[in-house]
Amino acid sequence: MAKSIKIRAKEKDGVVELKALMTHPMQPSGQKDKKTGEPIPPHFIQEVTCTVADRTVLTAQWSGGVSKNPYIASMFKGKKGEKITLSWVDNKGESDSQEAEIK
Amino acid sequence: MSIDIKRRLFLKGSVAASAVGAAIGAGMLTPGQVLAAWPKEAFDNKDMAGSMETLLGMSSAEESGEIEVKAPEIAENGAVVPVTISADMDGVESIAIYAPNNPSPLIANFVMGAGAMGYCQTRIKMGKTGDVVGVVKAGGKLYKAAKEVKVTIGGCGG
Repeated sequence: MAKSIKIRAKEKDGVVELKALMTHPMQPSGQKDKKTGEPIPPHFIQEVTCTVADRTVLTAQWSGGVSKNPYIASMFKGKKGEKITLSWVDNKGESDSQEAEIK
Repeated sequence: MSIDIKRRLFLKGSVAASAVGAAIGAGMLTPGQVLAAWPKEAFDNKDMAGSMETLLGMSSAEESGEIEVKAPEIAENGAVVPVTISADMDGVESIAIYAPNNPSPLIANFVMGAGAMGYCQTRIKMGKTGDVVGVVKAGGKLYKAAKEVKVTIGGCGG
């Protein structure tokens, strides 16, 4: 599951705009295969955490109602050159994390 | 000879067993600890008011003109509906996105941390035409704003 996250963070007037894309199926619970009628096991990101220089700026709790390969954008106070870390954990316990520098 | 082979098998077996142990450790223990805060009950609730009560402690929110919900008028593909919610108020603690007509109305809850603005953007799935509701918690109170999105092809599948 390496490199499932792409981050872009840009600072302007003390405010950082974060944009991130994750690669994930985001299969919600309660769906059935249309042909076989078999239930499809849910598989979706439950929690996304974003930290900047050890400050948690955003925690997102998700259901399977967020679209496949999720996109997230947020704004917060920060400086150029600070390190930003975005990580996710899904309902199967898989996780990934990616670091980037604020530009 | 035979003892040697057995010893080898035994070693192989113990390596495999420890790998399983590590897999269980990684797969079972970590999410339990990390996701202790994931509000399962709020996500499972089929009723928006009930879910708000569980998630935010209040079942009703005040309409607010300071919240802007940006979403397309018509979504051709319900599987990908871009939604932006911005709250122009002080002390925004969290922003929740609800789609009351979805099988599970609560889609996402963004908890704002240090220095975060009242702003979030993501893409959601919508089963059918309906409102997208942004519920903002600020200063211990709930505020909301809604926008109707017409969905031509549903994105919640069957």
